[in-house]
Amino acid sequence: MRLPANSGEWIDRSRPVEFSFEGRSYKGYEGDTVSSALWGADARVLGRSFKYHRPRGVLSLANHDTNALHQWGGIPNIRSDVTPLVAGMALTAVNTFGGLEADKGRHLGKLSSLLPVGFYYKAFHSKKLFPMWERMFRFMTGLGRVDVNMPHRRTPKAYDFCDVLVIGAGASGLSAALAAAEQGAEVVVVDENARAGGSAGYQLGNDASRRRLLDSLLARVAAEPRIRVLTATYAAGYYKDHWIPLVSAERMLKMRAGSVVLASGAFEQPAVFHNNDLPGVMLASAAQRLMYRYGVKPMNKAVVLAANADGYRAALDLQANGVTVAALVDLRGGAGSADPLARLLQQSGVEVLVGHAVVEGIADGKGLCAGARIAALQADGTPAAQRRDIACDGILMSTGWAPAANLLYQAGTRMRYDKSVEQFVPDVLPEGVFACGRVNGVHELSRRVADGSRAGSHAAAAAGFGSATGEALPPELESPSHPWPIVDHPAGKNFVDFDEDLQLKDFRNAVQEGFDNIELLKRFSTNGMGPSQGKHSNMNGLRILARLTGKEPQQVGTTTARPFYHPVPMAILAGRGFSPERATPLASRHDALGAKWMPAGVWQRPEYYQVAGKDRLACIREEAHAVRNAVGLIDVGTLGKLEVIGPQAAEFLERVYTSNYANLKVGMTRYAVMCDESGVVIDDGVVARLADDHFYFTTTTSGAATIYRELSRLNTMWRLDCGIVNHTGAFAAVNLAGPKSREVLAGLTGMDLSAAAFPYLAVREGEVAGIAARLMRVGFVGEWGYEIHVPAARGGALWDALMKAGASRGIRPFGVEAQRLLRLEKGHIIISQDTDGLTTPLDVGMEWALKMNKPFFVGQRSLSAVAKLPRKQKLVGITFPAGYGGPLPLECNLVIAGGDIAGRVTSIAYSPTLGHAIGLAFVRPDLATPGGSVSIRLSDGAMVQAKVSATPFYDPDNQRQKDEPPAGQASPLVSANGGAVSPVAEGVAATLLEPVRQPAAAQVLGIADVSRSARIGCKGPGATAWLQALGLPIPAQPNSWLPLDGGGLIARLGFTEFLVEGPDALIAPLAAAPRGPGVYPVLRQDAALVLGGSRLDELLRQTCNVNFRPLDPAQRPVVLTSMVGVGVTVIPETRNGRPFVRIWSDGTYGPYLWETLLGIAIELGGGAVAPHSFN
Amino acid sequence: MKILNCPLNGPRPVSEFYYWGEVRPMPNPATASDDAWADYVFNRNGAPGVKKEWWCHTPSNTWFIAERDTEKDVVVRTYFYEGEA
Repeated sequence: MRLPANSGEWIDRSRPVEFSFEGRSYKGYEGDTVSSALWGADARVLGRSFKYHRPRGVLSLANHDTNALHQWGGIPNIRSDVTPLVAGMALTAVNTFGGLEADKGRHLGKLSSLLPVGFYYKAFHSKKLFPMWERMFRFMTGLGRVDVNMPHRRTPKAYDFCDVLVIGAGASGLSAALAAAEQGAEVVVVDENARAGGSAGYQLGNDASRRRLLDSLLARVAAEPRIRVLTATYAAGYYKDHWIPLVSAERMLKMRAGSVVLASGAFEQPAVFHNNDLPGVMLASAAQRLMYRYGVKPMNKAVVLAANADGYRAALDLQANGVTVAALVDLRGGAGSADPLARLLQQSGVEVLVGHAVVEGIADGKGLCAGARIAALQADGTPAAQRRDIACDGILMSTGWAPAANLLYQAGTRMRYDKSVEQFVPDVLPEGVFACGRVNGVHELSRRVADGSRAGSHAAAAAGFGSATGEALPPELESPSHPWPIVDHPAGKNFVDFDEDLQLKDFRNAVQEGFDNIELLKRFSTNGMGPSQGKHSNMNGLRILARLTGKEPQQVGTTTARPFYHPVPMAILAGRGFSPERATPLASRHDALGAKWMPAGVWQRPEYYQVAGKDRLACIREEAHAVRNAVGLIDVGTLGKLEVIGPQAAEFLERVYTSNYANLKVGMTRYAVMCDESGVVIDDGVVARLADDHFYFTTTTSGAATIYRELSRLNTMWRLDCGIVNHTGAFAAVNLAGPKSREVLAGLTGMDLSAAAFPYLAVREGEVAGIAARLMRVGFVGEWGYEIHVPAARGGALWDALMKAGASRGIRPFGVEAQRLLRLEKGHIIISQDTDGLTTPLDVGMEWALKMNKPFFVGQRSLSAVAKLPRKQKLVGITFPAGYGGPLPLECNLVIAGGDIAGRVTSIAYSPTLGHAIGLAFVRPDLATPGGSVSIRLSDGAMVQAKVSATPFYDPDNQRQKDEPPAGQASPLVSANGGAVSPVAEGVAATLLEPVRQPAAAQVLGIADVSRSARIGCKGPGATAWLQALGLPIPAQPNSWLPLDGGGLIARLGFTEFLVEGPDALIAPLAAAPRGPGVYPVLRQDAALVLGGSRLDELLRQTCNVNFRPLDPAQRPVVLTSMVGVGVTVIPETRNGRPFVRIWSDGTYGPYLWETLLGIAIELGGGAVAPHSFN
Repeated sequence: MKILNCPLNGPRPVSEFYYWGEVRPMPNPATASDDAWADYVFNRNGAPGVKKEWWCHTPSNTWFIAERDTEKDVVVRTYFYEGEA
């Protein structure tokens, strides 16, 4: 039944909401929760309990009513006590057999003596009966049903930042926020309720001044621009350095605060008596919430069980709202500070019975509350035998509180049990964490306000705003919580935990069985392990355990309060996933040629090219055939591409690679193996010497980023006079291989490709198809071939030219699979495919690459020790006979000798060129002799024989790739500079790039590709002087930028790296200028984007964990950070009064970055725009 | 998520950083015994206390040293590497 409207209520009576529950139609109002609407429509049974299927109604109306869990379509376990009512909801109760009313499980309570505490554990004790019990439990238990066909919900997470985060918007939290904001801090107040106010909005005691105090606080908060209030949002956990997930129905905000105030209040705790779970028995605060928030009359006639002044106020509130209070029963010997309230009640005819207890709730035929059975308490605290029944349809419980200290525990607060308030209070708080109000043991309303001001001031000071004022308050004059609100009953059903239907006797039995530690008791009894996680049961459980074991609550201690505070839906936890992908500049070419893609670390590579009507294997073999007999072209742009420049560049390579590089002639290349300190092979590649002080070298695809990082660390330590530049994404690279490769290339370059002028293993710089290129004559797949590296922006043009020139010679693009086959035929190993975390060069026949007489290289000392030990394994070639038609082993199938494991296969393939299967395998050294036989066990257990064979399998003397020894001088080297093609445009479908034809998008959130702008980069100790000499201004601070005359900018990235961007006329002369000493040119082939508009901040907060708001664009900051998982350089600015950023990233991340940011921009109401739209 | 203070880029979430390991002086490879060398290569000190560690701010490829108290779970200070102490 609804009450007349009251001024502070949360419902809008002009907007009725229709819904159904268990097949019946109901009407509530906008602003109702499901439970308040049902209770207001006089529904009394809202759900069934978990174990005994007892009818349950409203208990807390504060997110602990876990017996009123409902299902709505595919949404399970809706917490109806706090879930807003939505028109058209069709709800059913969970955990029933045949509906709420007719639930076949409702008689289970009669079997309760057969279901003792720890029943599960006991049942599962018998191995034989385990399956039966498991089937039964799976059938009987579980709450809502998961619908696996639910549509995907978009729930993007976002980062957020504030100076002071206040958790809880009650009286203490609001005054804390005001105090902090007054000291200048930006404050966020978060509260799980739909509106701010907390208990100050309903614990009125029919005293209008209490409500006025709250209204004044709310008005001041609303008027304070530095306070943001987030309602219907809860702080779900506390993580290191004040990192708090804030969860709402839509998403998770990851809040980083300067300091935190816990004003989370307290959970009202139930009293324990027989039938304390009847619908109609509820916490006093639940009744007050029903009345003042939702205008619902909780009952017609009530008995109030109290042990504090809050109970007397609740009785006055009931009276004020037309509920007859039949009696107020106080567990204490007197009303204490509530004496004046007791007199008010008595004056209006309410019987006030101090020193009494409710010992039993009396049920009517439907199982609803029909009365309270009370008794006087004796000196020992137990009820006297004489009982008295008072008719009522509801019992209010107001006997105490437990602090909502979950996040305080998670933050590492030391808590102590304070007898003056009979609760745990913070004893030692971690740095930057503060507590106030009820969670701090301060209960009286005006004291909560004062405590909040103190905590807010201290928190602001801790975050760097103002100075801390206010001292901790003296203790409360009387305890708001009763130390033992519990009465025993021979018939039990005096529930301690409503989630799990745990009764007082279950605790006694558990302790008797030896589970007398709080953590053991919890697990054995499952107290606090239900959906409300002990919010209404842990405190009573602790009191019971303390009494049973003769300890003080402090000695018993509490269980661990882990995140999350409330259950968080999976969709909210998942958020939006970011999976960065790199694409070489040739991705669009591969797509056009029918590439089948495969992941290679963070890269996508063509596995093979699909030819219509042919299967995968046929395509791969044709590709390999083309390379062996004509010419093939493969994209090797995923290889790491590094440069080391400077007088000690050779010395650096000597230290990090196992071979000699000091004696490498300019214009030549050499294979390179890298080990870690233990001598294990970690990477390989090719080192090319471009000049005395300049090397260009490659790493494996998977090693590109990590090798660069580690080399940077080593030189941070060694301080050699050289610089390392990572050009992995800046260069496109292809390998043109096959007997006709020279013919193809000859048509595109004026370079002398004769064996004399460009010998095997030489490196040359020249032009191919008019594009400045670096060419290396390497073996790679065992044919005559060239690895050609060009600036990324020109990669597509190079590819097109080579494919065109090769068309008449039968050129085929080939993918990773054909490459693996071709390289296996040559016996080339793949690091981390044919090696593992224990493989040294000695195990794989690479002794020739180890120059042990060098002064030092990483891994050398370990290898000298390892060399003295006998080998445990050797990598050998294996072959199968030409006619063999049986099954082949798979990679990782084991080599077996004498019944023992004697090795494993690392690579295997059928070679069409050779006409038989070949592979590589680790075997015991005694099995490694060529010509011998090894047994390999297939996955199905069958054994096959393979022959140990020398490698290479194909062209063992390497005739096809080599010729006479090198002669002649290297051709002059030319520097490679930028192009005019955007890596974004190259990698993204044109339709995505098409700017939307609404200039308004640039005001909301526009995104534009500006990669085509010309730019150069350089770094090194001489960079500043070099740029200055070229007439450029130098930003004074690291990570700042300056505008350039005539447009463009110069950005200082860190101390000694620079990025210059601007019109071609400005950049071209810089690119052509000879580099000075200590200057290491950085080829910039960036993806460059600009974004702007009113919703930019939202996009940044969804994609980047750096707070841009406090940055002052006038200071011209440059931010090097990570966005959607990609390393980026960001310059925040303002354009036309709206926020604006420029973003640069490695060009190979360009398509991913563009698509991801554009997708988010569109979600936020923006879209792609032309770059000039922001002007 | 923890905050680490990069000496170049300032305080950033730890997800922007790469952890390498403790700064440990390398014994002279020419004079170290096999056992002493193996101890250097394979053994790490896991005892809680203040550790001097290599960290890298990955977006800017900035290597620096962090002194971290693994017992109290706090970063004591961060600074650029200044050579062997």
